[in-house]
Amino acid sequence: MSGASFDVAPGECLALIGESGCGKSVLASALLGLLPANARTAGHAHLGGLDLLTAGERTLARTVRGRRVGLVPQSPAAHLTPVRTIRSHLEETVAHLTGVRGRAARRAAAEQAAHRTEFPLDHLDRHPHELSGGLAQRAATALALVGDAPLLLADEPTTGLDRDLVDRTVDELRRHVDDGHALLMITHDLTAAERIADRVAVMYAGRIVELTDAARFFGTPGPRHPYSRGLLEALPERSFTPVPGLPPELGSLPEGCAFAPRCDRATDACAALPPFEHTVACHHPVTATPADTPTAARTPEDTRA
Amino acid sequence: MLELRAVTAGYDRRAPVVRDANLTVAPGEAVGLLGPSGCGKSTLARVAALLHRPDAGEIVLDGTPVRGFRHRAPREQRTAIGVVFQQPRLAADPRLRLADLIAEPLRATGRRASAADRVAGLADTVGLTPDLLGRRPHEVSDGQLQRACLARALALHPRWLVCDEMTAMLDASTTAALVRVVEDYRASTGAGLLSVGHDRTLLNRWCDRTVPWEAVAAS
Ligand code: SF4
Repeated sequence: MSGASFDVAPGECLALIGESGCGKSVLASALLGLLPANARTAGHAHLGGLDLLTAGERTLARTVRGRRVGLVPQSPAAHLTPVRTIRSHLEETVAHLTGVRGRAARRAAAEQAAHRTEFPLDHLDRHPHELSGGLAQRAATALALVGDAPLLLADEPTTGLDRDLVDRTVDELRRHVDDGHALLMITHDLTAAERIADRVAVMYAGRIVELTDAARFFGTPGPRHPYSRGLLEALPERSFTPVPGLPPELGSLPEGCAFAPRCDRATDACAALPPFEHTVACHHPVTATPADTPTAARTPEDTRA
Repeated sequence: MLELRAVTAGYDRRAPVVRDANLTVAPGEAVGLLGPSGCGKSTLARVAALLHRPDAGEIVLDGTPVRGFRHRAPREQRTAIGVVFQQPRLAADPRLRLADLIAEPLRATGRRASAADRVAGLADTVGLTPDLLGRRPHEVSDGQLQRACLARALALHPRWLVCDEMTAMLDASTTAALVRVVEDYRASTGAGLLSVGHDRTLLNRWCDRTVPWEAVAAS
């Protein structure tokens, strides 16, 4: 993964989308300091005044995970400990992340956290396997919210869920955005992204190739990068045509534009790496740069949250 | 015809997850079975693929009632059906290179000699490049592994395909690519398809007809 630059503001949701193996989850792990020891990171991820990529494990564990970045996990059932009740999960997290002391106060804080995600209080004494998929998701979201972290990071939160549960899950996440959280949602589910996001970042072969306003991306004028356009057109409600070929290996990227072997707009110019300009990194975007290039023009050189 | 007649199935006879299910797929037909997760549709897909013995009811395959399931299914019935599951990582032996994974059914049916050629052709059909065939499952993405699992399902030229949430873990482009592989195969062979899933938009676009779970099984 390289050259990824974006920001997310309080009260805003940025959806990061791409094919499997494009580097989305590597980015999430980097932000939480969970990359394997042999991984190398460069650049900056600023959260308030802290750089997440250079912060030590102690800082990350004590002040970042849960407190400044809340993680909404991919499969809540796997994230929760099977032998413990939801109440016990919540109370432990309250004790760990907040200053709340005393049994009664912890209990009250745990119930309040459950209440925020509309997790039914009469289910608090159940174990994870006794919950439906939707309630397990709410329990996991409640845990992510306990530390009142300003940034929520949701890693494929809707994988394998039925469509109406997808809708409910993203609507609930949206509520937390509207309450003032910043949300970075990593997903391959374009329909979920359309429902929740203010802006969309498309990742290809470890780079952000398009970063734009969600309404323009999903509506008119539509995606400007040929890859983003191909991805959207692959949906069964659109032309249901795949992007030809396979994504390249992250370890052996071609020089120049990594999408060139699959791109029907490629020319000799594409042998040079396209710089990110306005909303897109492409020598021949599908539509011209709009005169009133909005939001993504504020793409900074580093990552802020 | 692939016929499921009054099938009741599950893992505990006192609490079956599928009750009295009836469904028929005609030769060359693509039928989508639409249901929410946890409704029992995956169990029914396993019964249709002869991988799970029902507690009651009957499966009739091209006019012949099925008498045995899993390894007890007669070879000509077992090999008439290709099956692809939702989670390629659970359906693939982690020790096998992708080439060997695709060749599994060929080896199991004594076609070892012709396997290499056939694997190369199948890999090309599903869009896997030769360099990927030497890798093991943990060295490829979910999408690449699912392509290999689809190639394996097509290896013995099945007359029927059963796809259980084949694309639920995959991105839009890989989904469209795998559906196209299935449809190209069906167009050239006349195979029938039972595709089980929860995505109405996808099944409507993919299949000749989509039936809701409530219309197939008793509640
Ligand atoms: S830079 Fe060239 S090859 Fe890359 S996406 Fe744009 S047109 Fe296609």
